[in-house]
Amino acid sequence: MRTIVLECLRYDPERDEAPRWQRYEVPFTDDMSVLQGLQYIKDHLDGSLTFRWSCRMAICGSCGAMLNGVPKLGCENFLRDYYPGPLRVEPLNHFPIVRDLAIDQSDFLAKLESVKPYLIGEPPAEGTHKQTPREMAEYYQYSQCINCLLCYAACPQYGLNDKFTGPAALALLHRYNADSRDKGREERMAVVNQEDGVWGCTLVGYCSEVCPKGVDPARAVNQNKIESAKDYFLRFLRR
Amino acid sequence: MQSVKADLVVVGAGGAGLRAAIAAAERDPRLSIALVSKVLPMRSHTVAAEGGAAAVTRGDDSLEAHFNDTVSGGDWLCDQDVVEFFVARCYPELVQLEHWGCPWNRKDDGSINTRFFGGMSVQRTWFAADRSGFHILHTLFQTSLKYPQIRRYDEYFCADLIVEDGAVRGVLAIDIASGEFLLIEAVAVVLATGGAGRVYRQNTNAGTVTGDGMGLAFRHGAPLRDMEFMQWHPTCLPGTGILMTEACRGEGAILVNKDGYRYLQDYGLGPVDPWPRVKAMELGPRDRLSQAFWHEHKKGRTIETPQGPAVHLDLRHLGARKIHERLPLISEAAKTFMGVDTVKEPIPVCPAVHYTMGGIYTNVRCETPVAGLYAAGECASVGIHGANRLGSNSLVEIVVFGRVAGESAADYARSARIAGSAEASARASAGNFAALLNNDQGERLATLRDEMRDAMEAGVGIYRTTEGLRATCQKLVQLRERFRRGVKLDDRARAFNTEWLGAIELGFMLEVAEAMAHSALARRESRGAHMRLDGFEARDDENFLKHTLAHRAGDGVPRIEHQPVTITKSRPRARHYGGAGKQAVMT
Repeated sequence: MRTIVLECLRYDPERDEAPRWQRYEVPFTDDMSVLQGLQYIKDHLDGSLTFRWSCRMAICGSCGAMLNGVPKLGCENFLRDYYPGPLRVEPLNHFPIVRDLAIDQSDFLAKLESVKPYLIGEPPAEGTHKQTPREMAEYYQYSQCINCLLCYAACPQYGLNDKFTGPAALALLHRYNADSRDKGREERMAVVNQEDGVWGCTLVGYCSEVCPKGVDPARAVNQNKIESAKDYFLRFLRR
Repeated sequence: MQSVKADLVVVGAGGAGLRAAIAAAERDPRLSIALVSKVLPMRSHTVAAEGGAAAVTRGDDSLEAHFNDTVSGGDWLCDQDVVEFFVARCYPELVQLEHWGCPWNRKDDGSINTRFFGGMSVQRTWFAADRSGFHILHTLFQTSLKYPQIRRYDEYFCADLIVEDGAVRGVLAIDIASGEFLLIEAVAVVLATGGAGRVYRQNTNAGTVTGDGMGLAFRHGAPLRDMEFMQWHPTCLPGTGILMTEACRGEGAILVNKDGYRYLQDYGLGPVDPWPRVKAMELGPRDRLSQAFWHEHKKGRTIETPQGPAVHLDLRHLGARKIHERLPLISEAAKTFMGVDTVKEPIPVCPAVHYTMGGIYTNVRCETPVAGLYAAGECASVGIHGANRLGSNSLVEIVVFGRVAGESAADYARSARIAGSAEASARASAGNFAALLNNDQGERLATLRDEMRDAMEAGVGIYRTTEGLRATCQKLVQLRERFRRGVKLDDRARAFNTEWLGAIELGFMLEVAEAMAHSALARRESRGAHMRLDGFEARDDENFLKHTLAHRAGDGVPRIEHQPVTITKSRPRARHYGGAGKQAVMT
């Protein structure tokens, strides 16, 4: 069996003044994911290594980390592709570390809540809304966001200014705005228009590149810049 | 110890927990609801459900048909009054999810599309591609943000229930980030913690699916019902157990052995033609399909892969367009984890543990025998799955009974009174959990956990014998004893100590596993997913048309009782699949 070196960033707020690196030698087979490498360490070498994981199949969004500096999900990337290593595993960029690879996700949750990510307006009195496949296609890709936060770790703007609403939350804002069943666009415009809304984005586009689900947050942000500009001029005209 | 008060606590923020919290908030907006989850809500295992949710929708369907499919699918171990209640509430609940934004697949005219599923006689499964659970969960979570009275305790691990004089007083939680204990006092608690598939090795379940709620209820006097009925999903990736949804077959995929032969025709599911046909061949129920695999393996007709024996799930004839539209998630997963392009190659698959059909015994109002304690979703046994759950009944179960549990608990919370403080009990319990951190000797957590999983695979598998079950029961006694002697943790920190939480979870799992093994040993017949090889190969309605109840007996083995099944209008008869059934016209 081949062996690969994993260098993991460690940080225990109770003991460490600053983060440090720790090396582990991990025997692996070709079908082992990076997550399985971390699990091997935890089970057999060092039970104190701390990381989040759950579904193992790239849908729960728990196991994002910087793998050799690139934000990725640990479960769907494989040790064989980093052989002979070392593979550096760090917590996602731009977030405070709670412990080791586990980051503080609360800022994202607050931002998600701020975009009102739910349908606004009265539902039909009977049965479901009608929505054609074409209407669904308007928002469908944006509904695929798994909230893994890789896009925030990729976003240089968020790194500079954590007030920026950021890619995933703006993509989800657009997911509801673009839904034919929704009547909440006006209410969400306030978030879109503010300086830290869509206008915080400088269109680097790295968010869309790292998304493991093919969501294109950069496109969502850009479409909302157009909306925001229209909104501005319409308000100007109405005066 | 920090403590807070709430009117009711919901433990678990997957589909059932979120639906319960929303239902309680809508029942009475003045209630304060604490939603406690060991992971962020959108990480809950509902997220991984793929195929869809059942409801009578089309003109050619009826509540009676859904009832009959469910009851016969469950090999007559369902409580029929509960099934009747359930099938009537499926459609309104799926419409409710649509009103909240769930992107269900649509027909060209904008109405809801449905797909076929195993054991269902009509197309009645609503779906959102093959990410149905993901969309249901995110829809519920995002909608829950509208309700300020739902106070979330994200990444709080529920370590214990506080029960005094037979009534719930609250929960003892650990704030994972800091490792500090928190007492949440409340008169009503809804458990919605999901299944216990992780007591086995090869399974489709997320790492979080460790039977916590079952263990909590069991320790406080609520019996676990029908725990011998574990569902093996027939089509999972060998090794990882990653699920290849039943919707593959619902859309027309076939299963072949190493000779390219559709072997299901040899196991009472044929003939092959006319194909596709409802409740036949690949559209048979999961218990029968997993059992057929077991026999094929015995006959040496499976395919050897580095990760173990497999058969081929073949989607190729569906065409790239349909595969990409209807089955994108499993196609990505097959590519990533198996290197298989589903458009061009068949997928190697095998059975893996998937769903815990038993659970905390509740009545139709989701009440457990402990006053103020409710349960819903996979952690509960409300009585709709019997000896074998039909695919797509559980994704609708979580919203139908999540809602019932939330409303029942809300009504109870409004009328019940708190007497005195729960703090002394909570303090004593917290002391026990904190002591786990300080063991200076003992075994590694992974050693005990892996031995438990191997023992369950060996003795409580798809086919069971007295000898194998006894060996597993003995092994579990030994593992519980070793666990009591001590698990030695590498990690002594309080903040985000997942090794410590893993030890608490293992404590739950060992007890839940023991309930499963003893329930299986006591059922001396074969029914649904519980198959015996030692002289009990047939169903025995005379002696075992009964639920199994496992009661905890301290450090000893559980006490097993049986309880009558409620039969209202469907008398047990032979369970037939295959035959000359109705041809299925797929949309």
